[in-house]
Amino acid sequence: MGLTTPSNATRAVSYVPESQEGWVATRLDFLVNWSRANSLWPMPFGTACCAIEFMATAASRFDLARFGMERMSFSPRQADVLICAGRVPFKLAPIIRRIWQQMPQPKWAISMGACASTGGMFDNYAVVQGIDTIIPVDVYVPGCPPRPEGLIHGIRLLQEKVMNERSSDKRIREEMDPDPSSELYIPASVINELGEPFGNSVHQNRSAP
Amino acid sequence: MTAAGRFEIITTGHAAGEAPSPVTPKNVSHLAGTPNPSAAALSEKFPLAVERTLVVWGETVVYVSRTSVLEMMEWLRDDPTQRYDYLSDVTAVEYRDFDQPLEVVWHLRSLPFRRFLRVKVQLPKSGPLEVPSVWSIWKSADWLERECFDMFGIKFTGHPDLRRILMWEQYREGYPLRKDFPLRGRFSRAEQLRQALAQNPESRYSMEELTVADAFEDLPEDMRRRLSAGEKTGE
Repeated sequence: MGLTTPSNATRAVSYVPESQEGWVATRLDFLVNWSRANSLWPMPFGTACCAIEFMATAASRFDLARFGMERMSFSPRQADVLICAGRVPFKLAPIIRRIWQQMPQPKWAISMGACASTGGMFDNYAVVQGIDTIIPVDVYVPGCPPRPEGLIHGIRLLQEKVMNERSSDKRIREEMDPDPSSELYIPASVINELGEPFGNSVHQNRSAP
Repeated sequence: MTAAGRFEIITTGHAAGEAPSPVTPKNVSHLAGTPNPSAAALSEKFPLAVERTLVVWGETVVYVSRTSVLEMMEWLRDDPTQRYDYLSDVTAVEYRDFDQPLEVVWHLRSLPFRRFLRVKVQLPKSGPLEVPSVWSIWKSADWLERECFDMFGIKFTGHPDLRRILMWEQYREGYPLRKDFPLRGRFSRAEQLRQALAQNPESRYSMEELTVADAFEDLPEDMRRRLSAGEKTGE
């Protein structure tokens, strides 16, 4: 299926002398990361046509079981990866936020497709302009919808990211800490910038700031 | 039946020997079709209420006055020569021309007589956007009218539970399908997200479901009052 691992790909923890980590710590990291990366349990959050491609990815032809992901976790409490496939309307925003908060650490998020990543062509009053304004996202998969190969590429990137995690890095397991008054976890100005119109749609204006 | 006969175009109501007119969009004229017999019966029965009748692409449109909607609908459903037993849609139209009135549209279907009738009421923008609810006649009007209220802000008087259905309860930006509503909404993206995240996901259940959910405190004041008074929705 065109999915060959490049021969020079290293699936090992990189060694940074300044971090003062010993051989045992890095080997242990490798073992933990290797086992995590090869048994990521996805939490499918499918809202639109991307979910169809996601199902195709999980089915026999593309076969997510090759990556240890055949076990779809329909409960967020037993999931590792939130795969948001499809557009997220504002009415779903508190729900995807709650699902993310219900997932135990370690957890990752894949934003699959143009709509989940940016709002896509739905630059309107009802659709969230990118789920990264609600939850932190690790991998963005472009496409409308992405083909299964695209999603698998995203999954391989996520596996690479997991393989390069280090237990000495304290930031990677931080739970999101939304501002209690507004429930936003990034500044409002950043959200406005991310939701900025682009392309053809700049000709339409908002009536109030 | 021969193989060729099975694939003939289905035709309706033509006498033997007469050339059948196939029911395809090709042969339907824009404004010159024969009106649904219910339109004539309606204007005979309610001469003052029926404003005008149009046939557009073979479908009959009857413009009626707002005050007699309920009475007419009830007659259309119950009269043995009409029997419109299926309300397939309730919606509204706002035209780009600001002076044009809003229109509320009912799509009625008579399954026994295989008839389709479109009833319209014009609501001038200067007056109140109110029409009587037909929920007491067809129960399918319940969610259709809620959707119409949510998107256009048209009030259906007599509806048992007229609240938003697509947007959430606390949505404050207005009515999205009105022409004066900007495509991206009225607030900034951050403000929209803040308001969306502030909603309780459980507060959008129906009132019966809310008796087991814990979102009671987050409901709007009037819903809390109605719920604590023991009011039920629908049937």
